[in-house]
Amino acid sequence: MSATIASPSSGPARDPRVSAALGARRRRAALIVKVACYAATALGLLLLLLILGTLFWNGASAISINVFTDVTRPPGSGGGLLNPIVGSLIQTFIATLVGTPIGLLVGTYLAEYAKNSALGHAVRFVSDILLSAPSILIGLFVYQSMVVPMGGFSGWAGSAALAIIVIPVVVRTTEDMLRLLPDTLREAVIGLGAPKWKMVTLVCWRAAASGILTGVLLAIARVAGETAPLLFTSLGNLNWSLSLSAPMSSLPITIYSYAGSPYPDWIGLAWAGALIITLGVLMLNIVARSLLRGRK
Amino acid sequence: MQQAVPISADNAPRQEPGGASPAILRRGGSGALGDAIFAGACKAAGILVLLLLGAIIVQLFIGGLDAFRTFGLSFVTSTEWDPVKEVFGAGVSIYGTVITAILALLFAVPVAFGIAFYLTELAPAWLRRPVGIAIELLAAIPSIIYGMWGFFIIVPLMSRYIQPAVIDTIGTLPLVGDLFAGPPFGTGILTASIILAIMVLPFIAATMRDVFETVPAVFKESAYGLGATQWEVVRNVVLPYTRVSVVGGIMLGLGRALGETMAVTFVIGNANRISASLFGPGNTIASVIALEFGEATMGSLKLSALLGLGFILFVISFIVLAASRWLLRSSLKA
Repeated sequence: MSATIASPSSGPARDPRVSAALGARRRRAALIVKVACYAATALGLLLLLLILGTLFWNGASAISINVFTDVTRPPGSGGGLLNPIVGSLIQTFIATLVGTPIGLLVGTYLAEYAKNSALGHAVRFVSDILLSAPSILIGLFVYQSMVVPMGGFSGWAGSAALAIIVIPVVVRTTEDMLRLLPDTLREAVIGLGAPKWKMVTLVCWRAAASGILTGVLLAIARVAGETAPLLFTSLGNLNWSLSLSAPMSSLPITIYSYAGSPYPDWIGLAWAGALIITLGVLMLNIVARSLLRGRK
Repeated sequence: MQQAVPISADNAPRQEPGGASPAILRRGGSGALGDAIFAGACKAAGILVLLLLGAIIVQLFIGGLDAFRTFGLSFVTSTEWDPVKEVFGAGVSIYGTVITAILALLFAVPVAFGIAFYLTELAPAWLRRPVGIAIELLAAIPSIIYGMWGFFIIVPLMSRYIQPAVIDTIGTLPLVGDLFAGPPFGTGILTASIILAIMVLPFIAATMRDVFETVPAVFKESAYGLGATQWEVVRNVVLPYTRVSVVGGIMLGLGRALGETMAVTFVIGNANRISASLFGPGNTIASVIALEFGEATMGSLKLSALLGLGFILFVISFIVLAASRWLLRSSLKA
């Protein structure tokens, strides 16, 4: 840019031939970078299409009604993914049920009570660390503090590990959404004589409801595909079991063990499971984002 | 953010002047008790989150204590990992973790910058939202799917076409040749880095786009007014203005790449050795924990070594993520 702001008394701008050459060079550099950026964006979109395309290509042929109605069976004897699907639904449901209220309260604490206090900053910092911390470590933590004392792998432990992952996602969106509300709204409610807890629960939460719901949906989408924390907690179970005190099957773990197996029918089921989980997760993301439309 | 307005039950009027306000907001008297309970619950939940992180650190440390005591400092530096002789060193997996994450950033950052540049300066307004969402969806795909896709699509591609071609050309050169030598298995450090790069790409691109958008329009308009091209505006105005936050966004991607488990486990080849060639197999802390956990019995030294590895990974990620947050703090406030 130094060439463009050179003072008129000196520099190449006085010579029309030099300045024309410089201009051409600058435009050429701009064009090269521009083309590279178009290419980068195209690459990003292409990767998304490539992954989805592969999943559809391999998953669609393996998907049948059996996948949803039959339980896992030994290789070569058919079978479906009913118990992993149900196991994933149960564990994701419990994790959301436990993690959401805690995340909601923490987000409320950060936005309404501790905006600038030292404790508030610490909680915000720690929550953000948890949001990006490797999920495999959450699994190890739950293994140490639940699986070892309870003497075995269980659906409860898997749900607990997923709940810990739900919390920071809900905290982040709840705080962000509450902070978007104008303070005049809060003043109006207090001015009517309402105590603060009613202001928060009856007015602020309601006004931010769609945003908070977005956070919950994103959290569900996040934990539905989590594999690493379940390896050491609910372990996986190839038999039909709804007991939360026993090892519990889950879709990601089943995909993991089936995809690494040498049996073509298991690999087919792994692709079917991968397609189901990806479509579910992407759908949740799109619904969550459409809820936010026009808010940001 | 606007300044905090002190609103609490203490300075709210206790006496309602008339009957005009909605009854539901007033029912139950002054609400001092309700306020105390609700504020207490919120604060308790906040403290619970603090305790949670503390408990994770303490549990991983206690779990790894046996291994730390047995091997001392050599647990971190030793490259030997022999479950039969019960000798465990984290050297190779720490190396693998760091090298795959850094290579992944090397691939991902230029592409992420291109996407962020496109989304903030080049794209027509109607395309920005859909393209932005498509890139963010890339981040939503679970890591197990990346692992499977990498294993069945990228690995054969690498072993059949890319690696043989590279070994025959660059692999024969002096110096750099060693980086691309060895049999074309398809798996290995380089393949893992490519998968990791695809996974962190959307995080870095989204953060860069968000921080690029914090640049005041006046700055950019002034530069355009002087006749600067789009590239000159980004290089001389946008990047200097957002430099710190851009590095923060890259660190965030690094934090993600360090702890990634499933995708890496599928494609890295899983061998406990440091090879000069990028095509050689390796492992990472997370992949070792995921793979070897099944063979570790409760209370064994091996389990302790795996928990110790977890502790090391936690320390590394904590430092990177804390640094990222500190660098991003200015744009987070905006």
